[in-house]
Amino acid sequence: MPRPEIQAPPDVFYNEAEARKYTTSSRIIEIQARISERALELLALPNDGVPKLLLDIGCGSGLSGETLSEHGHQWIGYDISQSMLDVALERETEGDLLLADMGQGLGLRPGVIDGAISISAVQWLCNADKSSHDPRLRLKAFFGSLYRCLARGARAVLQFYADNVKQSEMIVTYAMRAGFAGGVVIDWPHSSKAKKSYLVLTCGAPSVHTSLPKGKGEDGEMCSDDDDGDSSGEDGDRTVGIYERNRPNKKQKTKKNGKGKQWLLKKKEQMRRKGHDVPTDTKYTGRKRKTYF
Amino acid sequence: MRLLTHNMLASNVRGVTSGYPLKLEATNWCTKEVDLNADFIRGLLPKIDWRALVAATRALNLPELLPEEQPSEEEIFAEGAANVEGSAIRRIHHALLEIHVQQGALICPESGRSFPIEKGIPNMMLHEDEV
Repeated sequence: MPRPEIQAPPDVFYNEAEARKYTTSSRIIEIQARISERALELLALPNDGVPKLLLDIGCGSGLSGETLSEHGHQWIGYDISQSMLDVALERETEGDLLLADMGQGLGLRPGVIDGAISISAVQWLCNADKSSHDPRLRLKAFFGSLYRCLARGARAVLQFYADNVKQSEMIVTYAMRAGFAGGVVIDWPHSSKAKKSYLVLTCGAPSVHTSLPKGKGEDGEMCSDDDDGDSSGEDGDRTVGIYERNRPNKKQKTKKNGKGKQWLLKKKEQMRRKGHDVPTDTKYTGRKRKTYF
Repeated sequence: MRLLTHNMLASNVRGVTSGYPLKLEATNWCTKEVDLNADFIRGLLPKIDWRALVAATRALNLPELLPEEQPSEEEIFAEGAANVEGSAIRRIHHALLEIHVQQGALICPESGRSFPIEKGIPNMMLHEDEV
């Protein structure tokens, strides 16, 4: 299945049938909960037990918001799909829901929000689903309005799936242009399935606190089985997760002048010891042939 | 939609400079009880636009709920006020977090654009010519 972004616009793709999956599929629920838990961790809210007012951009059926509620925070959720919001209503989420398009700006008063999370939503901005859509303008409107509504020093953690490096660069560029400091944190960078990119942004001037947190599994540490996004498949066909096209090319190490006389003599000696018939070593051994031969 | 969200929302229509506060028109609203957290209210209060909040409560026909002038911090966060029925902090908490507007509309003060509220969800989507 291709990624949802290339199938249909978000308000069409997340129809009733798709939205239903977000209440019935325990796999989706579990993955969403884990990502939002991690996003909240990266948000690094002060640990003083005081609830905060947060934004959930692309809240969908409110799965990520549920994590926020569990930690006691109040939240406002944005989504473009009415079907997903209907599911959220059914689930009786605690946050407030808004039917809105984030590419049109968030429409909030300046400096009132303590933090924002977004799970798998920002990449939708890179698509032009209508003739009036310009991804650049939409990214600019989104990050601009996000920057304005956040309080100084507040953070935003946006988990996204970029289709390619260019897309990821475009998202980051527009975030920086809006005035944010920060960058991308990648969890499980060596795994194709569990790999998750988080854009961690800080509002206001960079300071000691704006240093990026480290991604999980960066130093060769492998993710355990239950960290893998997919729970299907037997243990036998679990492979090391590198995309075929991302695998570095195995080039034969050959120098310009071949492997050299030393190597050749060694090989000849080896073959002699095995009892093969090997020509004697002369001054011509291992020399390059003349080109006109 | 709670009044907390209404207090934060501004109109986003092109050409509108402030678009705040959105005029609330409610045909149907309900209340849901939420536990009071004084620390949350304390952190939130400086960000609340008091006049917009009062206007919203008036729109819901609750003129008695909040006074025209914002009560002083000492009065709101007085010792034990959270446990007294009808104290300032309880009223503020009730207004911000417990009232849910189910049906109605939000009207932009500048352009007059109406954003409908259905099933408690305001529809803030703009048309192509309003972006």
